[in-house]
Amino acid sequence: MSADRKTILNATHREMGARMVPFGGWDMPVNYGSQIDEHHVVRKDAGMFDVCHMTVVDLRGMRTREFLSYLLANDVAKLQESGKALYSCMLKPDGGVIDDLIVYFMAEDWFRIVVNAGTTEKDIAWMQEHAQAFDVQVEGRFDLGMIAVQGPNAREKAMPLMAEELRTAVAELKPFNAATDGHWFVGRTGYTGEDGFEIVLPEAETAELWKALAVTGVAPCGLGARDTLRLEAGMNLYGTDMDESLTPLESGLSWTVAMKDERDFIGREALQAQKDAGGLRRFIAIVLEGRGVLRGHQKLFDGDREVGEITSGGFSPTLERSIAMARVAGDAGDNLTVDIRGKRLPLTKVKAPFVRNGKALI
Amino acid sequence: MSNIPSDLKFNSSHEWVRDEGDGLITVGISDHAQELLGDLVFVELPEVEATIQAGDECAVVESVKAASDVYSPLSGEITEVNEALADAPEIINTDPYIDGWIFKMQLIDAGEIENLMDAEAYAEHCESEED
Repeated sequence: MSADRKTILNATHREMGARMVPFGGWDMPVNYGSQIDEHHVVRKDAGMFDVCHMTVVDLRGMRTREFLSYLLANDVAKLQESGKALYSCMLKPDGGVIDDLIVYFMAEDWFRIVVNAGTTEKDIAWMQEHAQAFDVQVEGRFDLGMIAVQGPNAREKAMPLMAEELRTAVAELKPFNAATDGHWFVGRTGYTGEDGFEIVLPEAETAELWKALAVTGVAPCGLGARDTLRLEAGMNLYGTDMDESLTPLESGLSWTVAMKDERDFIGREALQAQKDAGGLRRFIAIVLEGRGVLRGHQKLFDGDREVGEITSGGFSPTLERSIAMARVAGDAGDNLTVDIRGKRLPLTKVKAPFVRNGKALI
Repeated sequence: MSNIPSDLKFNSSHEWVRDEGDGLITVGISDHAQELLGDLVFVELPEVEATIQAGDECAVVESVKAASDVYSPLSGEITEVNEALADAPEIINTDPYIDGWIFKMQLIDAGEIENLMDAEAYAEHCESEED
């Protein structure tokens, strides 16, 4: 796989000793030594992630809310206070997931969306195709960098690095809200199950912030820890847990689909038909009883019957056991086994998330 | 640069072999291999007394990233496995050549050891793979 795309922090990662790997066409740090140490530092203190490869998309125009109401499966009517964020899927007419994203309501004529790296081009094309009818301008902000600072001490360590006016606003932020001073944009959001910020800022200032955070004791972390943290937090990964061939209803994301009222949105009819047809596959969280590691695509069995497979799995450093998310037949029982290299090993079904705010929940 | 002890032999799939004399060898994975794998979280050991051919998959090391087969560098019978790895697979990360050994094997033909790479050849092999 080629990895010719580099974030603005690429040289900084190399200077700081990161092990770099190709990731969806990007050359990204997988760890800075030990992935497990980085995982623990985020659960117990503060760590930071280069998320510059993700894309900020600004939507501008007086009818932006109306446009998003049609574009997204979750309902932007839930966004009433400026700064409030919402997690949503963007669907094809057949209900398949184009991407999952976070949308921030800033003003009636300005909503900001953060989309995944690997889906950026098709996301923007899709938005542009539908935005015209609403007179909404879709702008990919490739001039911005983004750093996620996560962990119980993340806010305390990051806030002193913000300009005074922004810092005052950020100190008041509730979870899943953002503030901006027109220069930096700070969301109290993340992908780890811990408190913290995602900081969006001009690309030219990004390396300076990364280095300043390191000086204040925020540990640089790689994509490896980011993946084990999000898995423990029970958060889906696009392309692994769901994609264009799957709907949110079979991906553990029914809670993000707002269908109670009559709102028309892309994919609604298909989702309704899928619901009406019944027999939906279930998206479950599982723990391996004994030793071993659950991995994506391992098959699950209910007795002798194959009932599904793991979508994402791995070793949980917090629980010191292997955990996974899986998609199984709607009528699969609770006593499941997994096939690992020809052996059937017993699983326990649990309720996600596995870990939140440093605490084991299972 | 990873550590490559000069008294060991290596094969291209990154296992090391220590010649213990009388056709007995100790096998593990190289420092370079553990670096590439990242933190190890599980090791599936071979069965003692199993007869293994050179090139056979005989153990599995799983890191936070992926599962990776360990191939037997030579042919023979497994005489002992490192049970300590069951509880502490991370020993392979911290000490791949001493405490992180994986299994011991009695060779069918002790002369086969000479077919493996020495440290210098293995260092070149690792460099060529990085290109």
